[in-house]
Amino acid sequence: MAKKALDGVKVLELCQMVAGPYCTKLLAGLGAEVVKIEKPGCGDEARKKPPFFHDIPDSEMSGLFLYLNTSKLGITLDVGTAIGKKLFQKLINEVDILVEDTPPQTMEKLGLDYEHLKEINQRLIMTSITPFGQTGPYRNYKAYPLNAFQGGGEGYLTPSGIENIDRPPLKAGNFLGEYNSGLNAAIATLAALYWRGTSGSGQRIDISKQESLMSLNRLDMVRAANEGNIITRAKQGVAFGGILPCKDEYTVFMTWTQEQWDRMVTFMGNPEWARDEKFTDYFSRFKHGELLNALLTEWLTNYTKDELYHKGQAAGIPFGMVCTTKDLVNSEQLNARGFFVEIDHPKTGKVKYPAAPYKFSETPWIAELPAPLLGEHNEEIFNRRLGYSKEELIKLKATGVI
Amino acid sequence: MDALAGIRILDFTRYYAGPQATLLLAYLGAEVIKIEGMVYPDVLRMPTTAAGLGSMKAVGAGFNSLNAGKLSITLNLQTPTGVDLAKKLVEISDVVVDNFRAGVMDKLGLGYDALKGIKHDIIVITASSHGATGPESKYSGFAATLGPLSGLSQLTGYAGGSPTILRSSMDLIPGSATTFAILAALNHHQRTGEGQFIDLSAREAISCGIGETIMDYTMNNNIQSRNGNRDDFMAPHNCYRCQGEDKWISIAVSTNEEWEALCQVMGNPEWTINKKFSDQLSRWQNQEELDILIGEWTNNYTHYEVMEMLQRAGVAAIPSFNNEELFHDPHCQERECFTPVQHPEEGQLYVLAPPWKLSATPAKVTGPAPLLGEHNEYVFGELLGIPKEEISRLAEDKVIY
Repeated sequence: MAKKALDGVKVLELCQMVAGPYCTKLLAGLGAEVVKIEKPGCGDEARKKPPFFHDIPDSEMSGLFLYLNTSKLGITLDVGTAIGKKLFQKLINEVDILVEDTPPQTMEKLGLDYEHLKEINQRLIMTSITPFGQTGPYRNYKAYPLNAFQGGGEGYLTPSGIENIDRPPLKAGNFLGEYNSGLNAAIATLAALYWRGTSGSGQRIDISKQESLMSLNRLDMVRAANEGNIITRAKQGVAFGGILPCKDEYTVFMTWTQEQWDRMVTFMGNPEWARDEKFTDYFSRFKHGELLNALLTEWLTNYTKDELYHKGQAAGIPFGMVCTTKDLVNSEQLNARGFFVEIDHPKTGKVKYPAAPYKFSETPWIAELPAPLLGEHNEEIFNRRLGYSKEELIKLKATGVI
Repeated sequence: MDALAGIRILDFTRYYAGPQATLLLAYLGAEVIKIEGMVYPDVLRMPTTAAGLGSMKAVGAGFNSLNAGKLSITLNLQTPTGVDLAKKLVEISDVVVDNFRAGVMDKLGLGYDALKGIKHDIIVITASSHGATGPESKYSGFAATLGPLSGLSQLTGYAGGSPTILRSSMDLIPGSATTFAILAALNHHQRTGEGQFIDLSAREAISCGIGETIMDYTMNNNIQSRNGNRDDFMAPHNCYRCQGEDKWISIAVSTNEEWEALCQVMGNPEWTINKKFSDQLSRWQNQEELDILIGEWTNNYTHYEVMEMLQRAGVAAIPSFNNEELFHDPHCQERECFTPVQHPEEGQLYVLAPPWKLSATPAKVTGPAPLLGEHNEYVFGELLGIPKEEISRLAEDKVIY
């Protein structure tokens, strides 16, 4: 069996939707054992969200849930009940890491905050992910992914480079901010795990989605502080190039340097207009960007985005293309690298999932298990690991604890 | 105490993505030695970058933001002696990071096999735009092209409008993924003593953040496209104009309870009892009209006022904060989101504080970004034990250069 980077690391997850589950998915993919706790009955909110397999709204077939919970074990547990709390404390005793995303003070009210949990497990690392962190005046503010994204500064800049800022700021992708918060939390968690290996001590980690997002724009974020400059979505001057229409949908390219521009002119077959003095250097091209984009588009629309991407790169120009999800799944590059894996799931059968962006030579990324069915591993965890009898399990189930 | 005390990172990265990866490690207490050179300095040190960022001040502050707390040495990797010195540094390092195009480190004689021969348990990570393998591995890539290639641009923008180029996040997300991979490898090393090679693709790192959308295609052949701020269920779910210039508040309503609370704060205007808005599905179906009506209400207040009123009532409402508002915001101030550092040339500069609060090993900004070659003496003299005269000679020979 392949070696695992996080072999033997045990993680307990008390999270829903995207950020927290993505954090532990990252750990599971590198070999940590993640036990996901869901609410008895309804489970993780993500189970209710599309896309559903074959568009059938079934809580075991949400693509969002399936993607975010690969390689985890799933149990149901109501930590709000007295017995549920006790079971949770027993689980805490067994794990290295707890990742949770309940609103601040929820765990305190339950007597399950870090100070209490530390008494059970001295070496525990507890990572909490919330919209605004555990301290500060906004800590109890409610924020769905759209709100959290706007609160982190990137929303105000999205969509960037537009002419009409009378239209509202936008979110990016579907859950970009949430995924990033999960990644950011996973970084801090692994740093704490490393330190625990050195020192033997656990610690408490407070992750604010707002701060996670601000740090993605660390250059823009400090420009008000350093230069008094407010950065907006508005187009600055008139740029040229970037995303432009082509024969099918959109292409993208950049010609920052004179060398790149000269290559672009050659690539286009040296059209006469390119010799116009309006386009001699970067600044004049920038100034006449609107005219230039019109001329470029006229040429670009003769070719497909795929042709432009590969031929443009061969000509030494940084071309890309606006990929749809279909383009991604069919991409030669991504397939050559094995970016997609087929995972078998009892309800959906085999489905193609995105894997991971890294190839470890010694400890490869793995997807050993599909996302768990609701409560799938109750018996495994409560009976075989914690030693509760099957009769007790039935009672716990009947009373809604699990 | 620092989480990564005693860890030394040899950092060949430049631009944005790679420096983000090692910046986070520096914040966690690792010693990061940034290898630069007079021949190829980091592009963020160059005056030409001012064309894109607007001013030299912005360039200086930008470099500072991505390189705070690192050490800088100059080393000419075009010379055999320069490469030899780099190898000496590998001997005393734990991790080597680069974000060159695939094959560049090999050509320099600094590929993984060579480095493993020098230090058997070294961790080497190459974080390139397209990854180290595959037919496009030699292609160039920048944030502006990687966002579109990853699938994210296709999903970002107004319905029916053109796709969007995203800003620096398209570099910094792959940068963070690089940090995560390094930390996983460090944990494995701590347990087993084993090093390894990691090949990271920046565009794949971004694509991982739209996994469920990709699966909508693999499960249903459905190709999603831009849809503004629309959610699959929630309505209202948008940004609404407030008092002031380009001021907006995001409001998202998920339950009937939240809807009623919103109506109450708005003073229960007559339109709210219209059948068109009586349940979640109706609100979702009529959300364009709903957006206009809510916007007419929010426009009477500042976004801060709307936030306070709605949050008090239990409705999710957060302003579209701009960078200036965040700098002055009481919440960010209490959490000390901005850290001032004293830069020897630029004076006081703010950098963003580390995005995590660790109770036992607080992450911190230890100082400004280094001047070019500022730590030549420490690294070559103290760490490698090269005598002063020899360092001067190597500088004259354009090796430490």
